[in-house]
Amino acid sequence: MDNRGYYAGFGGAFLPEILVATFDELERTFREARNDPAFWREYEEVMSTYSCRPTPLTYAGNLTRHFGGARIYIKREDLNHTGAHKANNVMGQGLLVQRMGKKRVIAETGAGQHGVATATMAARFGFDCTIYMGEVDVERQRPNVFWMERLGAKVAPVKDGTRILKDAINEAFRDWVSNMDATHYVLGTACGPHPFPEMVTYFQSIIGLEAREQILKAEGKLPARVYACVGGGSNAMGLFTGFLKDPVELVGVEAGGRGLESKQHASRLCSSDAAIGVAQGYKTYFLQNGDGQMQETHSIAAGLDYVGVSPILSSLKEAGKARFEAATDDEVVEAMSLTIRKEGVIPALESAHAFVQAFKEAPELSKDASIIINQSGRGDKDIFTVADAFNDPRWQDFIIRKAKGYHA
Amino acid sequence: MLETYLRDRRKQKDILLMTHIVLGYPSFEDSLRMVTAMVEAGVDLMELQIPFSEPIADGPVILAANQKALENGATVADCMTLAKTVSERFDIPFLFMTYYNILYRYGVSRFAEDMARRGMQGAIVPDLPPEEAGDYLDAMNGQNLSPIFIYSPTTPPERMKYLAGFGKGFIYCVARKGVTGAETRFSSDLEDYLTRCREATTLPLAVGFGVKSKTDVDFLKGKADIAVVGSQTIRLMDEKGGEAVEGFIRGLR
Repeated sequence: MDNRGYYAGFGGAFLPEILVATFDELERTFREARNDPAFWREYEEVMSTYSCRPTPLTYAGNLTRHFGGARIYIKREDLNHTGAHKANNVMGQGLLVQRMGKKRVIAETGAGQHGVATATMAARFGFDCTIYMGEVDVERQRPNVFWMERLGAKVAPVKDGTRILKDAINEAFRDWVSNMDATHYVLGTACGPHPFPEMVTYFQSIIGLEAREQILKAEGKLPARVYACVGGGSNAMGLFTGFLKDPVELVGVEAGGRGLESKQHASRLCSSDAAIGVAQGYKTYFLQNGDGQMQETHSIAAGLDYVGVSPILSSLKEAGKARFEAATDDEVVEAMSLTIRKEGVIPALESAHAFVQAFKEAPELSKDASIIINQSGRGDKDIFTVADAFNDPRWQDFIIRKAKGYHA
Repeated sequence: MLETYLRDRRKQKDILLMTHIVLGYPSFEDSLRMVTAMVEAGVDLMELQIPFSEPIADGPVILAANQKALENGATVADCMTLAKTVSERFDIPFLFMTYYNILYRYGVSRFAEDMARRGMQGAIVPDLPPEEAGDYLDAMNGQNLSPIFIYSPTTPPERMKYLAGFGKGFIYCVARKGVTGAETRFSSDLEDYLTRCREATTLPLAVGFGVKSKTDVDFLKGKADIAVVGSQTIRLMDEKGGEAVEGFIRGLR
């Protein structure tokens, strides 16, 4: 591997020796695909016939009038197959797996979105599939576990560590070091060792490329700002890539959880609790203690609940090319409610973080300006989590009655 | 020098033994007791693992030990203290084994200085290939410490030679794919792999991952210089207590 994937000192490939040859093969396959114009066409073909690409850019007229500032547009990644931008990455990597001739895929999942997306890809392409999922997440995301199993995937609960996303990633690596000959690890976000950050960004860049074209068509000029939530950072990298060379402000919104002062959050880029470190094969900002041990994270949105962040986003932050903010759990529920009522679209809790910051800033922008919010996923699919976030008493009654029905 | 020590020792024994413990598991008093028992049972060198929250190369036994040690409050400073105690008390080489973030957060050059000051002789950092190891190699070489690099069955011959150019002391040959603690087949495939290792370097060869009986150690005689026993001693300690470990190690050769 000649290019080790460094972005202003972040990134790299901190690999155990056993995986070096596997990453060399992956890097080579990705490089060849990227240099082959037919590959991107094949990818677009898959995404337009199996998922819903191009996804629309929806003008949010009611929200625009409500805030009285910039014209608000929503990029509708929620309309992808399986309900989130995760499909972009997964189908792209699936095409690479075919090129490598491998027959089995593994993946980690937090909320279950990436797991479900990977399981659909595996079903479609005829791969064996194992999904690693923290035991805590298996408990709180049963509907996604149900679908993964229906799709033919084996869901392996991870009982080590904090039993959430980062532990699922570790366990997927442990599987991979044993089975790399026929297995590809479909990492779900723009993190991990090179070439994953670059490769995932490449597939997700379809979001930003479409959005740029769509806003130019609708507004005749570029937006003032674009907003995306940041967990690992793949939907943000996807949107930002479309505007990197433009005079457009890129705003990433992290999980502020119960507040940045509470220590119960997942803010790596806008909290002093994070420091640069090396874990899970790459160098970036991690929420860690002084000894370098990773800390527990918290977010109302399981998809943002992660200790690290894309090394490319870390480099954009250091270079001042993107700005990062945090949204608290309470602000997220409020922004989500407002969006549902005003526009009839239902963002995922993850995506609602981006809406929080956009709503804070829209009123201060001129009425001639426009902004884009990336609705990275849909919220209606995660009804159990969302109903809990809204603390809806009638939903709770329903669940209790339903449970009684199973005992009868 | 670690390599000289190993070569001298090899003249007296047909294979050397290296054991592995996780520091602070379940307590630092236990770690000291384990080191004492292992030295008395005749091990030739030891790797002391500084626990890390994300030990991706380790299997369930060592992973659980890492977690338990951290839950019980183990810190890097405690590990440094224990390192000093054992290297003063016992006349065998001690190495640190840990993941790169521990060194990175501590400060790589400060880490090497503190290792040297406490009498440690080298380190094994499984998530740090030489391509990423510039600072580490400068710091280790500056303190006359041995950076140990790893071969795996998937490592092509030319990369083996490349790695040998950075390694000091010995090369750690991982016996098979996968993580620590699982079953290894001591087979002709392993023998062929060790022949490739031998051809790639003049450094002594250590073989670890799945070594857990006298039969395994006997298999390695004449093919490697050091047998590494890791998960099995922790498993034994968990199941039968520290006392069982000494007898187990005496029985390996």
